[in-house]
Amino acid sequence: MSDTIIKVENLSKAYRIGVEDQKSETLLGSLMMVLRSPLKNFNDLRNLRNLDKESKSIFWALNDVSFEVKQGDVLGVIGHNGAGKSTLLKILSRITEPTSGKITINGRVSSLLEVGTGFHPDLSGRENIYLNGTILGMTKREIDSKLDEIIAFSGVEKYIDTPVKRYSSGMTVRLAFSVAAHLEPEILIIDEVLAVGDAEFQKKCIGKMKDISGKGRTVLFVSHNLGAIKSLCSSAILLKSGRVEFQGGVSETLNAYITKKNLLNTGKGVVSETMRTIKSEIVKIDQVLLIEDLFQPIEDVTYQDDFKVHIKMTLLNRIENALIDIRITSDEGLIIEHVLNSLLGGSHVTLESGEREFLVTIKNRLAPGNYSLNVGIHNSKGATLEYAEDVYPFTVMKVSKDARLSYPYEFVDGYSHQQGIWQTVK
Amino acid sequence: MKIKSTILVIEKQSRLKLLSLYELVAYKDLLYFLIVRGVKAKYSQSIFGVGWAVIQPLFTMLIFTVVFGNLAKISSDGIPYSLFSLCGLLAWTYFSAALSDASASLISNSSMISKVYFPRLILPLAALFSKLLDFIIAFIVLIAFMFYYQIVPTFQLIYFPFLLLYLLLITLGPSLIIGAWSVQYRDVKYAMTFVVQLLMYSAPVVYPLSAVPEKYKVFYSFNPLVGLIEGFRSSLLGFNPMPWNELLIGLPFCLGSILLGLITFSALEKTFADVA
Repeated sequence: MSDTIIKVENLSKAYRIGVEDQKSETLLGSLMMVLRSPLKNFNDLRNLRNLDKESKSIFWALNDVSFEVKQGDVLGVIGHNGAGKSTLLKILSRITEPTSGKITINGRVSSLLEVGTGFHPDLSGRENIYLNGTILGMTKREIDSKLDEIIAFSGVEKYIDTPVKRYSSGMTVRLAFSVAAHLEPEILIIDEVLAVGDAEFQKKCIGKMKDISGKGRTVLFVSHNLGAIKSLCSSAILLKSGRVEFQGGVSETLNAYITKKNLLNTGKGVVSETMRTIKSEIVKIDQVLLIEDLFQPIEDVTYQDDFKVHIKMTLLNRIENALIDIRITSDEGLIIEHVLNSLLGGSHVTLESGEREFLVTIKNRLAPGNYSLNVGIHNSKGATLEYAEDVYPFTVMKVSKDARLSYPYEFVDGYSHQQGIWQTVK
Repeated sequence: MKIKSTILVIEKQSRLKLLSLYELVAYKDLLYFLIVRGVKAKYSQSIFGVGWAVIQPLFTMLIFTVVFGNLAKISSDGIPYSLFSLCGLLAWTYFSAALSDASASLISNSSMISKVYFPRLILPLAALFSKLLDFIIAFIVLIAFMFYYQIVPTFQLIYFPFLLLYLLLITLGPSLIIGAWSVQYRDVKYAMTFVVQLLMYSAPVVYPLSAVPEKYKVFYSFNPLVGLIEGFRSSLLGFNPMPWNELLIGLPFCLGSILLGLITFSALEKTFADVA
């Protein structure tokens, strides 16, 4: 099963981008601009599709991209914003035409660049299933045969004959995703916009995609969610400024991407002055982030899945035998967990002056709910030198990476969950 | 699911592909549901619902009857003027409304165009067919008037289905041309609205064909709507014989505009997603 199913050869796509308008400083000049503007507008509009001329207003979204995808591959496409990922998908989905180059696809393609395309608020859920399904390339007969499944999966049975505009946004997205999930193409092309909606829904999407790729289908998946790429894809390509920068196994490609990107340089989790409730001249906490495997800051933690906290600080003096602690507080401000480096036989740490970074792995026993991170630095006697409060709010979701471990109930009791070891005594 | 081995090649199209019937057939269900959407969405959440489709031709007819029939005393070939103008309006209203809907269909569905591939031709086609609902309602009003004036159609009624098909074809050509250009130049849409209003007087809607001087009739009939509207009257009301001359003169212009429409459309459709 190693036949090439998608072959991309020297693919390029140029777009025309706007060039800044001239501005006039005199009234007469402005008047002349107004009079001349129809001609200028005409030229601008006409040039929208005129890409042959050398011009500074031409932008190559894709530049000489070549790669192959084999039958059954799940290929991740990663890269920064503007690297050309979406353009690539649009060309593969035949929405737009390449400027040069060629793609050969061997099989039936469905692409999902959005869920719920063509949904009309005045039509009922059932009618929208048919409309959306046929837009995605299904026939009426195919939809007929899967209709019950689609409705059941969406969980909106009761409202299926109600106009979609009376649905909550969550229900609309569930219905739309349900249609998409029942496509059965040989090749599936998915954009990350699929991962709209709440975090729980995203996890559901990813689970469904795992099912699809498990059935030997070929999948092309574009995402910023490196965790999802890592867990779904077997190989990946890294795009940069419209070119293929790296291509290979998923881990190597992700590593190539991460080393090129200062992931902690995102402005998230930066400690502001108001957060520093206790401060001294010795140390300052600069940034606290909750991250997943690949140094991506995240706000949503899956249930029962461990997470990491990254702490960045600047020391003006050396601190001998320091204590660093993380307090996880609940919505109400209660301290739920206390993570301390010297607890349970751990040792104190000596902090040298300069910039220091720590990565703390935390066992996640938290119940689903909203929490926040607080970080403190104390000297060996326990005196607090720095305390940053409420620096990184996050949510523990009911879903888990492993579907079996998801939190099954409607109501959440307590703040900390464990299964316990149960024995029948009598 | 049966697995069909299909090889798809994506590259810059240098040759024009006028019409892929195979593809249109593959997407016929989409066409059907888009028509359903067009019909259902239009009158939902309105109090009068389809009543609007009755009110519009009815009131236009009343005004025409007063202004052109009673005040200006324009001849109507012996047909009661209200019936005469209603018959013309039946065709004209469909033409202008369907033209405006179909040519706007690409812009109003631009979000669909930029997210999914499907034969773009489906959008104007669906708009043309959904507008038939209004046509049917106006047609029922016409039948009511025929009852009132006790007019019994002659055997010429058998031509009516063909004329209806002809009306769809006449509307198709300009819809494709205007629709395709208006994606890039919105001016086309604005200009069309008022040009279409003026164009009504270039067709025998408020006056009869017989009012046109004999020597200009051939040029006049280049407009396929001339033969069509007169044909509607002959076929439904039976006062005049079928205007075969005018129909035959107009036909090549209708077919020519469809051809031009398909050429324009397929040349421009590749860039719809980029410029919409």
